[in-house]
Amino acid sequence: MQQYSGFGLLKHSLSYHENWQRVWSNPTPKKHYDVVIIGGGGHGLATAYYLAKEHGITNIAVIEKGYLGGGNTARNTTIVRSNYLWDEASHLYEHSLKLWEGLAQELNYNLMFSQRGVLNLGHTLQDMRDIERRVNANRLNGIDGEVLTTAQVQEMVPILDCSTNARFPVMGASWQARAGTARHDAVAWGFARAADGLGVDLLQQTEVTGIRRKDGAVEGVETNRGFISANKVACVAAGNSSVIAKMVGMELPLESHPLQAMVSEPLKPILNTVVMSNHVHGYVSQSDKGDLVIGAGIDGYTGYGQRGSFNVVEHTIAAIIEMFPIFSRVRLNRAWGGVVDTCPDACPIISKTHIKGLYFNCGWGTGGFKATPGAGHVFAHTIAHDEPHPLAKPFSIDRFSSGELIDEHGAAGVAH
Amino acid sequence: MLLIHCPYCEEMREEEEFSPAGQAHIVRPLQPEEISDEQWAHYLFFRKNPRGLHHEMWLHAAGCRKYFNATRNTVTYEIMETYKMGLKPSVTASEEGQS
Amino acid sequence: MSQVNRIAGSSKRINRNRTLTFSFNGKEYKGFEGDTVASALLANGVDVVGRSFKYSRPRGIITSDSQEPNAIFQIGSTQATTIPNPRATQTDLYQGLTASSTNGWPNVDFDLMGTVGKLGGSMMPPGFYYKTFMFPQSLWMSYEHLIRKGAGLGASPQQSDPDSYDKMHHHCDVMIVGGGPAGLAAALSAAQTGARVIISDEQNEFGGSLLCSTQQIDGQHPSQWVEKTVAQLSDMDNVMLLPRSTVFGYYDHNLVGINERRTDHLGEHQLQSTRQRVHKVRAKQVILATGAHERPLVYGNNDVPGCMLANAVSTYINRYDVVPGNQLVLMTTNDNAYKTAIDWHQAGRKVVAIVDTRSTSNGDLVNKVRKLGIDIIFGHGVIDVKGSKRVKGVDVAPINASNHSVTGPAKHFVCDTVASSGGWSPVIHLSSHTGSRPVWNEDIAGFVPGDTVQQQHSCGGLEGVYALSKVISDGFTTGAVAAQAAGKGEGRYAGKSPKTSDPQEDASMALFHIPHSKKTSRAPKQFVDYQNDVTAAGIELANREGFESIEHVKRYTALGFGTDQGKLGNINGMAITAKSLGKTIPETGTTIFRPMYTPTTFGALAGADVKHLFDPARFSAMHKWHLDNGAEFEDVGQWKRPWYFPQPGETMQQSLERECLATRNSVGILDASTLGKIDIQGKDAREFLNRVYTNPWSKLGVGKCRYGVMCKEDGMVFDDGVTVCLDDNRFIMTTTTGGAAGVLQWLELWHQTEWPELEVYFSTVTDHWSTMTISGPNARKVLEKICDIDVSNDSFKYMDWRAATVAGVKARIFRISFTGELSFEINVQANYGMHAWKAVMAAGEEFNITPYGTETMHILRAEKGFIIVGQDTDGSVTPQDLDMDWVVGKKKEFSFIGKRSWTRFDNKRDDRKQMVGLKPKDPKFVLPEGAQIVFEKNQSIPMKMVGHVTSSYYSACMGYSFALAVVKGGISRKGDSVFLPLSDGTTVEAEICSPVFYDPKGDRQNV
Repeated sequence: MQQYSGFGLLKHSLSYHENWQRVWSNPTPKKHYDVVIIGGGGHGLATAYYLAKEHGITNIAVIEKGYLGGGNTARNTTIVRSNYLWDEASHLYEHSLKLWEGLAQELNYNLMFSQRGVLNLGHTLQDMRDIERRVNANRLNGIDGEVLTTAQVQEMVPILDCSTNARFPVMGASWQARAGTARHDAVAWGFARAADGLGVDLLQQTEVTGIRRKDGAVEGVETNRGFISANKVACVAAGNSSVIAKMVGMELPLESHPLQAMVSEPLKPILNTVVMSNHVHGYVSQSDKGDLVIGAGIDGYTGYGQRGSFNVVEHTIAAIIEMFPIFSRVRLNRAWGGVVDTCPDACPIISKTHIKGLYFNCGWGTGGFKATPGAGHVFAHTIAHDEPHPLAKPFSIDRFSSGELIDEHGAAGVAH
Repeated sequence: MLLIHCPYCEEMREEEEFSPAGQAHIVRPLQPEEISDEQWAHYLFFRKNPRGLHHEMWLHAAGCRKYFNATRNTVTYEIMETYKMGLKPSVTASEEGQS
Repeated sequence: MSQVNRIAGSSKRINRNRTLTFSFNGKEYKGFEGDTVASALLANGVDVVGRSFKYSRPRGIITSDSQEPNAIFQIGSTQATTIPNPRATQTDLYQGLTASSTNGWPNVDFDLMGTVGKLGGSMMPPGFYYKTFMFPQSLWMSYEHLIRKGAGLGASPQQSDPDSYDKMHHHCDVMIVGGGPAGLAAALSAAQTGARVIISDEQNEFGGSLLCSTQQIDGQHPSQWVEKTVAQLSDMDNVMLLPRSTVFGYYDHNLVGINERRTDHLGEHQLQSTRQRVHKVRAKQVILATGAHERPLVYGNNDVPGCMLANAVSTYINRYDVVPGNQLVLMTTNDNAYKTAIDWHQAGRKVVAIVDTRSTSNGDLVNKVRKLGIDIIFGHGVIDVKGSKRVKGVDVAPINASNHSVTGPAKHFVCDTVASSGGWSPVIHLSSHTGSRPVWNEDIAGFVPGDTVQQQHSCGGLEGVYALSKVISDGFTTGAVAAQAAGKGEGRYAGKSPKTSDPQEDASMALFHIPHSKKTSRAPKQFVDYQNDVTAAGIELANREGFESIEHVKRYTALGFGTDQGKLGNINGMAITAKSLGKTIPETGTTIFRPMYTPTTFGALAGADVKHLFDPARFSAMHKWHLDNGAEFEDVGQWKRPWYFPQPGETMQQSLERECLATRNSVGILDASTLGKIDIQGKDAREFLNRVYTNPWSKLGVGKCRYGVMCKEDGMVFDDGVTVCLDDNRFIMTTTTGGAAGVLQWLELWHQTEWPELEVYFSTVTDHWSTMTISGPNARKVLEKICDIDVSNDSFKYMDWRAATVAGVKARIFRISFTGELSFEINVQANYGMHAWKAVMAAGEEFNITPYGTETMHILRAEKGFIIVGQDTDGSVTPQDLDMDWVVGKKKEFSFIGKRSWTRFDNKRDDRKQMVGLKPKDPKFVLPEGAQIVFEKNQSIPMKMVGHVTSSYYSACMGYSFALAVVKGGISRKGDSVFLPLSDGTTVEAEICSPVFYDPKGDRQNV
């Protein structure tokens, strides 16, 4: 893998950038792989990377029906944080956050991971109780967090309406300083480049049409480029997980919903942190390019259309103006949708299945992007050892039968 | 944004009047105590979540307050039909018919 | 110097009798009514209007419409009214308009960053930031700070918006998007069937391409036909015309979102009208008549000010009487752009040469140009532009498009303007919004709308139909067809099409990128997307690096990410990608356009749903009394509830102690109107309650009340409240304040979808009743004074209810208690709420009746160990966890909701978190709510947490502080110590105890 550096840029500029290597190759599928990963988004690519790097499994194919990182990886609002309520979830997300913190160097790819901090606003007494509870839990779990007063919030974000005239006045906030944002596409590309460098085959424009089984174990996948045999098949297809599961006659505890996001036109720097409000129902940060990046709540119906309903956009923008009245004359440039696979307890599934050699990582709902390295890491372990990584264990699909749900709804309403 | 025909009001109304209520035609087990935890979990949580035709429930929340069923394509968002609670869909995916 | 480029001209689109003064970058200029800011600046000879994003190169106006990537301004004179990023080409001039460039430091003419851009530009290929700034990790935030400084276009206002916005909803038969020749024809033909028609156009007047055309219709200037047609439409009652109204989004099931700009052309803040209005149109049929955008060609240094789109040049000449230069070189791949040379020539300025990339053409326009004696150079391209802040000349060389090469030496021409035309791209954006994939049409070398499930039609330029006569007849036909599809008319246009004679045109050449004698990577910069400084070399580099999908190219280079959303450059970028990968354009594919078509004001999208209308607040009938008596309020759901009633000089804690003591010692009063109330009737009402509540209801007699707990099917508590039996077939269910709507929906769900055979009806009556709770040892004495029934303990027992007259009005009195005191809940018709409240207050005066709010209510109920769902529970708590097994029916026949889930493995664990009381070791210390609990004091992080404090108060009645908490296995750990490591670093100790602190035997409520 060609090393990137400022010096390299200088060197290549002298040869008019004509000699940069390909970031990844475009291989012909082999007949057999040790592991086939279905889905070339951030999670799938991270899984492949960690399988190769930490478990010595390099005969891997990542099969992507479109282009790498083209699903939710390309459509989210880029927020990274780990201040979840329950031990199981917060350990998993914190594991991920720790990986984020050295990832650009490890992958030799600048992911623009910007630890600019995340504020979760509280607008009611119950919001503040929940914030106290969550921040206390985070602290005792070794995750940074603080509860801020209204005055502290105002000082941190002077343009936020913290007056008592607001419909739901800001009563305080939780603050995670190590949280922030990352350049979403770069995450997929960085992992893809590194995985490719370790010998992983990235098969784009390749669609899985079936999963072949024999005696309760997987044999491989049927694709539009022919049958590919595999010892293990790992499904990381996010919104399309149920579609893959159906190929083996499985149903999952998932519903796929549209989740919309939008950006304003680029503005000069005006917002230096991520501001989220579950109660007012909107959240916003400013990208390095200057766009206000705004997230909405999910549309309530099942939808694979990568678009949602306009009233959700209207309501979200009203929420942003409620928080930031000065943005009223700013203009919305673009709105789009992803397909999020949501679990009943707002927590993911990282699990083996009753079919030997078939694994699922899905159900991340609105929380998938921030978990990319962590999810890939624990899922790789789960696949390699055919045993759940300790952090992944609580996220087994069996929890729906045993009742051991990890209900993040209470803490997370819109858990982005 | 969807425009939905309420089979009770017999009118096309805006999506904002309705609340989606998930997969239709899930029947509560008559004897919950008689079935396994896995079967119970399946009833509670596991869903078809199809890419394509979906039979789903909607509530006419800001209208007649009736739940009803719809057959909708989850990719194109076309609504093929809406029908009253207790009725069967007339539009079904071919593979559904076989099963 | 004033309006040097304004010619005598004859355009009626500007009003020379009204001169407008405006300022740009601090300098004053003059223009005319009817000008855009762009046309006025060009009239005044302003060349440089901004600096580019990455390389900080000087940039000028390129287009005359929504494609403009460079003339992006800050417009407005105050911090409240300023607007970031409007395009000068779409901003109508008004008197006193203040505009400035959004980039450039210290200013656009002398820009220091430009020097940096020149020196460092070669270090900044696409994706350069992914390849550097990585070490050390801790420094990225500093790099980022610098990068952000240079980013962004305009600045956000710093003050709140003084303007208002609103929305309108419409239904119509045919919605027509675009008021050019096709749209107007379609509107006329659809409207003549009697169909209800709405037609909108983004420009300040209807006419579209005809506003800048000279092609005669019926032997007259095209504006005559536009005027006549618009007048006809205006006269029809079934037609609504919306000029200055941009369709920003086309949504599922034929919903069209339109933003009408009502006052922006008049000035900054107009009191008489809402600034913008969003129209939401549900149309039976939608006709897209959005036309086409001209494509520029990609050539060396094509961003030097003076390089423009050919059609934009014609627009400025014909519509605004502005010739944006003196010596023109026109480069074209088609006949159509020859019009620009003719317009320029007729305006009296010099056409230096026409550079045509084709080998020849014999079209009518070409021959007309030949007759004018203008030099045409076939088989050539402009390969480079000289100049920095204005074009000084061009290098023209023979080219071979098929192998992308320059085949001979270049020749230099002196000129100050380069107009280019690479043909036209249909404006397919809206048709893509609903998920329809555009398809490539080889004949016109452009994408046209693909298959869709919407009730959608397209006509004119959008379909690649460009000849005016065909555009108009296509409009007439499409209008009639759409009207018929909406149930109106016969599907045929009955009128006559106007006469136009279209010039015969020879075939165009599908060429996008002009070769240079050097390789693209070494050639002068050839810009594809101006706003993001995306060059042909950058796209080829991205392809070389493996970014082959057009979406990857877009994301890696930022192609199409600007505020023009790729209108100007996307097709060229795809063509360059296709060429470099050896594919065709359809193989390469297109990116998908999303709403907004052009950027749309946040305020307009929110409409009136801001400030107090963001989420309308609900108030009880006694709200004014609470206000008058100094209450502080708490938001509970949508309600504003009194939180506490401070008296002058009191702290909150002092108020609470006073309220609690008054209630425990004499009598207090609470406004409980906000609790949800559902009237349940029908012969199976009782059975229904048995199924949705955990406890049994079969034996509850008429006149009795009972507390009930409701679980979800997963066994977790989700609401509670008292239900009273009015009659054998009739109950009133009380819910939590926040849960009311959800509970009603829950009941309806089960009834309608699972148990329709049960005869039961639900009706929300929350707003019908005002409820006041009087509580305390003197409660009976107060009630007696104003009530017409015997309220003695013998005849009106605890958990009974009675109909009565209170203060002269009919009331239902429930003898239930949430404080543990003798307590009566008086319900009267909401209209009498204030009357009854005042009567109770008057009757209670001698007992010092004390109003209390939600906080005192919380303290008093917590002293009794009564839970608040949502505070003490969180969706993971069963009745058993609450030590409330007594509320679970053991003998109920029906397997009620929630029951089955309690037998799952996780529910049978004995170390579940269970509700207990906590007594802090320091009796004055109030544990923070939300504090986490551990068993072992000395642990390293991460600690093993076993629960948390859900409710915590100082009890003035008991003289110590106490708390409710959930603790793992807590019910069997009473007497044990637990520890609470607090956020200030201290750890406090508390003892697990019963959650019932006050009057554990419950004597006080039974007196």
